[in-house]
Amino acid sequence: MSLWEYANPVKFIRTTDKVLPWIWTFAVVALVVGLVWGFFFTPDDFRQGSTVKIIYIHVPSALMAINAWLMMLVASLVWIVRRHHVSALAARAAAPVGAVMTLIALATGAFWGQPMWGTWWAWDPRLTSFLILFLFYLGYMALWEAIEDDDTAADLTSILCLVGSVFAILSRYAVNFWNQGLHQGATLSLDKEENISDVFWFPLLVCIAGFVLLFIALVFLRTQTEIRARRTRALLAREGQV
Amino acid sequence: MPELGKYAVAVLGSYGVTVALLALIVLVSLKRARKVRASLDEVERWSGKNG
Amino acid sequence: MRALLLRDLRLAIRAGGGFGLGLAFFLIVTVLVPFGVGPETALLSRIAPGILWIGALLACLLSLDRILALDWEDGSLDLLATAPLPMEGIVTVKAIAHWITTGLPLVLAAPVLGVLLSLPVPAYQWVVISLVLGTPALSVIGTFGAALTVGLKRGGLLMSLLVLPLYVPTLIFGAEVARRGAEGLTVQTPLLLLAGISLGVIALLPFASAAVLRINLR
Repeated sequence: MSLWEYANPVKFIRTTDKVLPWIWTFAVVALVVGLVWGFFFTPDDFRQGSTVKIIYIHVPSALMAINAWLMMLVASLVWIVRRHHVSALAARAAAPVGAVMTLIALATGAFWGQPMWGTWWAWDPRLTSFLILFLFYLGYMALWEAIEDDDTAADLTSILCLVGSVFAILSRYAVNFWNQGLHQGATLSLDKEENISDVFWFPLLVCIAGFVLLFIALVFLRTQTEIRARRTRALLAREGQV
Repeated sequence: MPELGKYAVAVLGSYGVTVALLALIVLVSLKRARKVRASLDEVERWSGKNG
Repeated sequence: MRALLLRDLRLAIRAGGGFGLGLAFFLIVTVLVPFGVGPETALLSRIAPGILWIGALLACLLSLDRILALDWEDGSLDLLATAPLPMEGIVTVKAIAHWITTGLPLVLAAPVLGVLLSLPVPAYQWVVISLVLGTPALSVIGTFGAALTVGLKRGGLLMSLLVLPLYVPTLIFGAEVARRGAEGLTVQTPLLLLAGISLGVIALLPFASAAVLRINLR
């Protein structure tokens, strides 16, 4: 019994069908509990007032925006090395979810920045690198859509994912450098994790768990969909030849 | 309803955007899953009959 | 390799398009900017290094699809793939040819266009140096993008979407060198980083481009 057994599409669908209801349930429960807890039952921060409640969606979504790309990177590597179709399809399935997470992180960041910094958007290194990450997601998804042959698309997008990861890291450092050049040091950094107290920490953990579970559920579901879509195409192609 | 003070727009706005976007991606995924599953079933039935 | 390079250069010059078009585009972008932001000299001289860099980058982008598309259409790319030259070599030669026909003219034109934007005097040398260092990276990255989208019918727009995020680090460091040079600050750090990016990209990215091209020719 090894992990690679799940590279078999049929086996993957059967197993995920079994666990998906559970993951959905836990995801919804964790999200509802975490968000309700965070929204209704946490005190305001003495400096930031009620805007501190945004942390319960901002931090988890930002985490998942990066983790989704990491997952795509791993899946792409698996596809390149071991050529398991499920892996390539999982990378494809994760991209839109990651893009939505990035969008949520950007949007909530804007809502948070507006009262705190007095501006919706600042060319702060973190914000800028998230915007660039969003562009990478868009390009990745567009390339998947554009190529008709499934295996070619999987190959090309996984190489794009590898190259894109390197450039994303480069951009991260470049952006850091560039902004220092403008502002002379960090002007807009938040002391988030450093001195957060338990009152804020526990609901935040629940929310992070909720986002992670939701991401897993969505990726499983979307991977199943991609497998089925590809099988449909293959069957239709065979019919066409007869 | 908790007292949000002068930041009500920011907090409610970000929760609203989040819920809307999450609901959107979940609904789109579910809808596509259902559609693809149905079409696969149909194709499989059809090719099973002929093949 | 040299034969291929010469062939590409000759084709580019005869066809004319790539050569002049990029330059003309660069000129037009530079001319349009004052219309957009106003003719104030102080403002223009402040943003001139950035505008020159963005103009060069866009002009570079414009000519990318010519790198491989023509050879793909008439089938000579398939012939090249069976040639004894490894795919990495072909991709590198293509990038060099693109740089000579597009990047080099842009570098040479930049100081002339700098006059139009009243570029500060100390900035001239740094704009040229940063472009000399940076445009090869733009050509190599662009070749990767061209290789990714070579088989597609409407690849141009998609290629821009793929290539532009990859251009970010080069643009940031290149423009930073030019801006610091214009303000009379030390340029050593961004200059070294820019050179590092260019060299790293030139050394490594041809392998990715070659892999992509092989997949597309399968």
